[in-house]
Amino acid sequence: MARFLLRRVVSGLLTMFAISVVMFILFYVAPNDPARTIAGPQATFDVVEQIQRRLGLDQPLLERFGKFLGNLVQGDLGYSYYNQRPVLHTILSRLPVTASIAFGSAVLWLAVGIPLGVASARRPGSLRDRLGTGFVLVGLSFPTFVVGLLLLYLLFFRLTLLGVEWFPAGGYVPLTESPWQWARHLLLPWITIAFATAATYARLTRGQMLEVFGEDYIRTARAKGLSERRVVYRHGLRSAVTPLFTQFGLDLALLLGGLVVTEQVFGLPGIGRLAVDSVVRGDQPIIIGTVLFASAFVVVANVLVDLGYALLDARVRIS
Amino acid sequence: MIPIEDPVRSDIAPPGLPSVQVAARSPGQLAVARLRQDRVAMASLVVIVVMVALALAAPLLATWTGHPVHRQYRDTGLTEFGLPVGPRGEFWLGTDQLGRDLLVRLAYGARISLLVGAVSTVAAVGVGTAIGLSAGFLGGWPDRVLSWFIDTTLSLPFLLFAISLVALVGPGLMITVVVIILFSWCPIARVVRGQVIALREREFVEAARSLGASRLRIMAVDILPNLVVPLVVYGTLLVPQAVVFEATLSFLGLGVTPPTATWGGMLAEGADLYRVAWWMVVFPAAAVLALTLAFNLFGDSLRDAFDPRRVEAQPR
Repeated sequence: MARFLLRRVVSGLLTMFAISVVMFILFYVAPNDPARTIAGPQATFDVVEQIQRRLGLDQPLLERFGKFLGNLVQGDLGYSYYNQRPVLHTILSRLPVTASIAFGSAVLWLAVGIPLGVASARRPGSLRDRLGTGFVLVGLSFPTFVVGLLLLYLLFFRLTLLGVEWFPAGGYVPLTESPWQWARHLLLPWITIAFATAATYARLTRGQMLEVFGEDYIRTARAKGLSERRVVYRHGLRSAVTPLFTQFGLDLALLLGGLVVTEQVFGLPGIGRLAVDSVVRGDQPIIIGTVLFASAFVVVANVLVDLGYALLDARVRIS
Repeated sequence: MIPIEDPVRSDIAPPGLPSVQVAARSPGQLAVARLRQDRVAMASLVVIVVMVALALAAPLLATWTGHPVHRQYRDTGLTEFGLPVGPRGEFWLGTDQLGRDLLVRLAYGARISLLVGAVSTVAAVGVGTAIGLSAGFLGGWPDRVLSWFIDTTLSLPFLLFAISLVALVGPGLMITVVVIILFSWCPIARVVRGQVIALREREFVEAARSLGASRLRIMAVDILPNLVVPLVVYGTLLVPQAVVFEATLSFLGLGVTPPTATWGGMLAEGADLYRVAWWMVVFPAAAVLALTLAFNLFGDSLRDAFDPRRVEAQPR
């Protein structure tokens, strides 16, 4: 078990290292001069050189990479070109927004997706199953920003015109300030993300359940005279959710790294919004920071998921 | 039923029973026959064909309506307050914030969407097949390196990485396609690798090897043809992903840049004006949805039609 864990952690670190190398090469080695960008098109050569010196861009490449990596290990991602604030601090200050959206929508998509998948799997081919499959395909085909825009149009604009002011158009209210307003402002973003993701989970659950229903122990459970409910939920769902667990860990990690589209549509100041703004401003330390930050989430989630998997399923540990 | 004369197996009919004419059909023919029975598949095929026709006919549409794609109709296409006009006789789907014909722009947008979808899918399938095939067939350290490479690419937060690439190069059609390819070959490579690992142990591969076929020949001649069906199915399902990705990047202002008409870009413009011009959101949104849904449905039907182990679900 310890060896398994160690192997996974080392491979995760390797992945992070590879991503750092790629980001470093892309941003600091490629024909692209951050100093020039900051100085602006009118700047004289002296000014550009001065900025280069200040940013340490005049040092040899390997030395710079060593420093970049050394700082990275200590959690120092540098300073924003835009407002000179520490990158990590800037990103962390946006995390509560992104986390609020991610966790809220996760609850929603699990609550919708899994029961939907179970319902479909219980009667494959039935009208219920076909409606479920229809929802899945529509959900998977809808781009996130289209869902967001349509929700804004229908649930915010149309309803507000009718005098029903249930859904605000966006903005963020911290949870600590007012839980009710927090939830109210995030409801549309939650639905937006949960829409497509619930579809994925419904499909996964359905497939898993159908497989499990073919197992002998389900037949045995039925033969023992257990209620259908107990057979489906206690015996069936329990073993069907293990693969869902993997997917869930990765999805959540991906969302925590920044919800570029949803934050843009609803004007929420999260990490994804920060990334887009930084791209527009040419604020490279922040761009690199967000990518590394988000990758770290995915890598950590990968290790955790494997660990959880190994705890749940002894077969994984042995192989 | 497709009547096929030959081969007819009436000669082996059991004695005493009337000889039954059974026409042998190849798996491909069976799949096509199943597909033609599938109403959903046919309907989505129609939608795809219509979209392709719309894209091809975009210049014709511009001539026919007399509205070039970039022409701004400030007098007829905007209200006296400078707002876009809704669907009406002259502008079937209304106009945008600059008084341009939405229908014509939608048709030109279809060109970008389909072009990006097709090019990036073909490239991603090519790259994914090459990598997956090498990893699966060679095994050993090439497999470990390539698998690790696939896993690493998959742990990149793709949208963030995509926009950071765009930040370096600057937005455009080319970088959009490159970014999409970069992130869509991985699932293909994984599927191919899995299939190849199973195929490589089969007798016909062993037979080829014992006949002295080179590894390259076995990969290309013996294994690759067996991958065509999953590749076609997964390729079809990649198209909508690419379309959505392009639309998303253009929506964020990081894909294909204005004034080129793209669905994502049109939606971004519509997002600012949805309170006064619903048509600027609804029509491009419907176009994106119709195209992606059609490809997803068609891909699903394709998988069902080609999967011989398919279980016919019986309504209860």
